[in-house]
Amino acid sequence: MQTPLIPADIAQPDPGLFVLTGSWTARAVGDVDRKLVSMSAADAAEVVIDGSHLDTIDSVGVWILQRQLKKIRDKGVSIRLLDWSSHSQKLMEIVEEQIAVPLLQTPQISLLEKIGRKGEAVWKDTFSLLSFIGEAALAFVRIVAHPMRWRVRPTLKYIQIAGFDALPIVGLTSFLLGIVVAYQGADQLRHYGANIFVVDLVGFSMLREFSPLITAIIIAGRSGSAYAAQIGTMVVTEEIDAMRTIGIEPIDLLVLPKIIALAVALPLLTVFSDVTGVLGGMIMARSQLDIGFNEFLVRFGSEIHLPALLIGVGKAFVFAFIIVIIGCYQGFRTKGNADSVGRQTTRSVVQSIFIVIVLDSLFSVIFSMLDL
Amino acid sequence: MDAVTGQTDAAQANTPNVIEMRKVCTRFGTHSVHTDLDLDVRRGEIFAIVGGSGSGKSTLLREMIMLHRPSSGSIKILGADLQTISEEEAMILRQRWGVMFQHGGLFGTLNVLDNIGLPLREHTRLDDTLINELAAWKLTLSGLKPETGLQYPPELSGGMLKRASLARALAFDPELLFLDEPTAGLDPGGAGGIDTLVRTLHDLYRSTIVIITHDLDLLWQVTDRVAVLGEGKVVGLGSMMELSQMDHPIIRGYFDGPRGRTAQEQAQKLNKE
Ligand SMILES: Nc1ncnc2c1ncn2[C@@H]1O[C@H](COP(=O)(O)OP(=O)(O)OP(=O)(O)O)[C@@H](O)[C@H]1O
Ligand SMILES: [Mg+2]
Repeated sequence: MQTPLIPADIAQPDPGLFVLTGSWTARAVGDVDRKLVSMSAADAAEVVIDGSHLDTIDSVGVWILQRQLKKIRDKGVSIRLLDWSSHSQKLMEIVEEQIAVPLLQTPQISLLEKIGRKGEAVWKDTFSLLSFIGEAALAFVRIVAHPMRWRVRPTLKYIQIAGFDALPIVGLTSFLLGIVVAYQGADQLRHYGANIFVVDLVGFSMLREFSPLITAIIIAGRSGSAYAAQIGTMVVTEEIDAMRTIGIEPIDLLVLPKIIALAVALPLLTVFSDVTGVLGGMIMARSQLDIGFNEFLVRFGSEIHLPALLIGVGKAFVFAFIIVIIGCYQGFRTKGNADSVGRQTTRSVVQSIFIVIVLDSLFSVIFSMLDL
Repeated sequence: MDAVTGQTDAAQANTPNVIEMRKVCTRFGTHSVHTDLDLDVRRGEIFAIVGGSGSGKSTLLREMIMLHRPSSGSIKILGADLQTISEEEAMILRQRWGVMFQHGGLFGTLNVLDNIGLPLREHTRLDDTLINELAAWKLTLSGLKPETGLQYPPELSGGMLKRASLARALAFDPELLFLDEPTAGLDPGGAGGIDTLVRTLHDLYRSTIVIITHDLDLLWQVTDRVAVLGEGKVVGLGSMMELSQMDHPIIRGYFDGPRGRTAQEQAQKLNKE
C-alpha cells in the first residue's frame, strides 16, 4: 500500500542553483539538514531553488529549507523558486514570514531566586496547613453544636475500612515485631540470668513505643494515602467544586468523618497490636528462655501497669489526627491533573510518617521529664 | 507534476476514498450501536458526522483511528485494511493522520510546546531546536499566543485546549485530520474562529478533514458532505443543502428546530453575498 519514501537530498550543480530531490517530509528528511547547513551561495547574486525533482515536501522540510535560505537571504542574495507547485509555494511563503519570529525562551531563574521561591512556598504551605487544621476544628465545633449534621454512615464506613479491614496486617506485623524484640532481648538477658526480664522488655517496648508507632505507620501508608488519592481525584474531576456549589462543605463530608473514624479506630488497632505483639514475645520467651505462658502472664500483670497502655493509646489518638489531616490536606492541594494526584499522595504518606516519628520522639522526651 | 502530492498521487489512483467502511457492526454486550454501516470519505473533502447523543459517532471515530475494533465489518483507511494491518504499518498510518480529541488529550506534565513537539520528538531524529521552532509555528497557526506554549494544560481554558490539541494533531502535516467536537463548549466567537481555522488548514495542507459535531453553523459553513447517523446506520448523506431537502424523520429533526432554521438562513445569506 505504501510506496517507499525516497530520502530527501539536495545538490548544488553550480553556486546559484539548488536542486531538491526525494521526499522532504518529517519522516524522510533525515540528515539533509546537516548537508544544507554546509551549503552557501558564495558570490552568486541569485539562488534558484529547483523543485521539479521534488517528490513531496511538508512543513518540516519547508522549515529546514527556509532556515538555511534565511541565512543566505540575510547576505543580500535573492532567492527564486523554480517549478514549485502553487501549494508548496504557499507553504514556503508562510514559513518565510513565520521563521523571522524569534522563539520565546523559558525565563532563566537564578539560584538565589530559586531559594527565595522555595522558602516562600514552604512558608505558604505551612500557613495553609495551619488554616486547614483551623477549618477542620471549626467544622468539628459546628457538628458538636448541631449533632444532627454529623454524618454517621460515612464515619462507620471509614471505621470499617481503616480499622477493621486493617486488623490482619496490623496483627501480623505486630506479632512479628514482638518476636523480634523478644529474640534480640533473649540473647542479652540469658548472659545475666535475667530471663524473666524479657516480660518487662516486651511489655514496655510494645505497649509504649512499638505498637502505636507501627500501627500509625501502617495506617498512614494504607489509609492516609487513600484519603489523599480520593480527595485529589475529586479535585481533578471538579467534584469538590460541585459539592461547594450544592452547599455541602467538603470538610464536613470528607474530612470530619475520617477524623472521627480514625480517632476511634487507631487506638483500638493499637490495643490489638499490643495484644498480638505481646503474644509474639510470649511465644519467643517460651521457646528461647523457657518461660512458660503462665509465668509470663503473672509477671506481666504485676509489672506492667495501666499507664503504659494508656500512654500508647493516647499517642495513637494523636497520630490519628496527624494521618487524617495530612492525607486530606495534601488531597485538597491537588492541582488539575493525574500526575498531581500521585505526587500529593506520595507527599501525604512521607509527611505523615515523618511527623508521626518526630512527635513520637518528642513524646519520649516529655514523658521522661514527667517521670511517666 | 504536482510536487506536493507526489506520494499521494499514486495512492489516489487506486483509492479515491481515504476512508471506506463496509458492513461495520459494533456491539457492546447486547447493545448494538452500529448495524451494517457503510461509509465513504473522499480525498480532500471536509466531511462531517452528525447524529443524536448515543448514536455512536465517537465510537465510529474510535474505530477509524484503531482505538476500538468493530465486532464485524471492514474498515480501510488511506488504503490500509485495519483488520489485517501489521504493527509497523499501523505505526506509519498513525503518523499520516492527526486527531484532535474532544477534551484535548494533552499530557498534563508537559507544557503546551512540548506537547505539540512530542510526535516529532518520538518518531523522528530531528534536532530539538528545530522541533521547538516547528511547534511554536504550529501553535501560532492554531491561533494561540506564543506565551501559551510555556503554560501547562491544566492552566488553559477549554478553547485553548482544543486549539493546542489541534496544533499537536498537525505535527506530521496529516493527510487525514479527525476533529471530535471542535466547537463544543466554545463561545460563538471562539467557535467562529474554529470555522475559519478549519478552512485555513484545509487550504494549507489539503488534508481530508473528518469532523464530529453538533454545531449547525460549522456544518453549514465548512463541510462538503455530511453523514447523519441514526438507528445504527447512515440515514442520510450529502451536502447540507441536499440534506435539508430529505424527508427522513431523524434528518428533519436536525433541520426543523428553530436553531436549524436560523443556521440555514444565515448560511444562505452568506452564500448570496
Ligand atoms: N466502552 C463502552 N462500553 C459500553 N457501551 C459503550 C461504550 N462506549 C460507547 N458505548 C455505547 O455506545 C453508544 C454510542 O456511544 P458514543 O459515545 O459513540 O455516542 P455519541 O454519538 O458520540 O454521543 P455524543 O454525541 O453524546 O458524544 C452509547 O449508547 C454508549 O452507551
Ligand atoms: Mg461523543
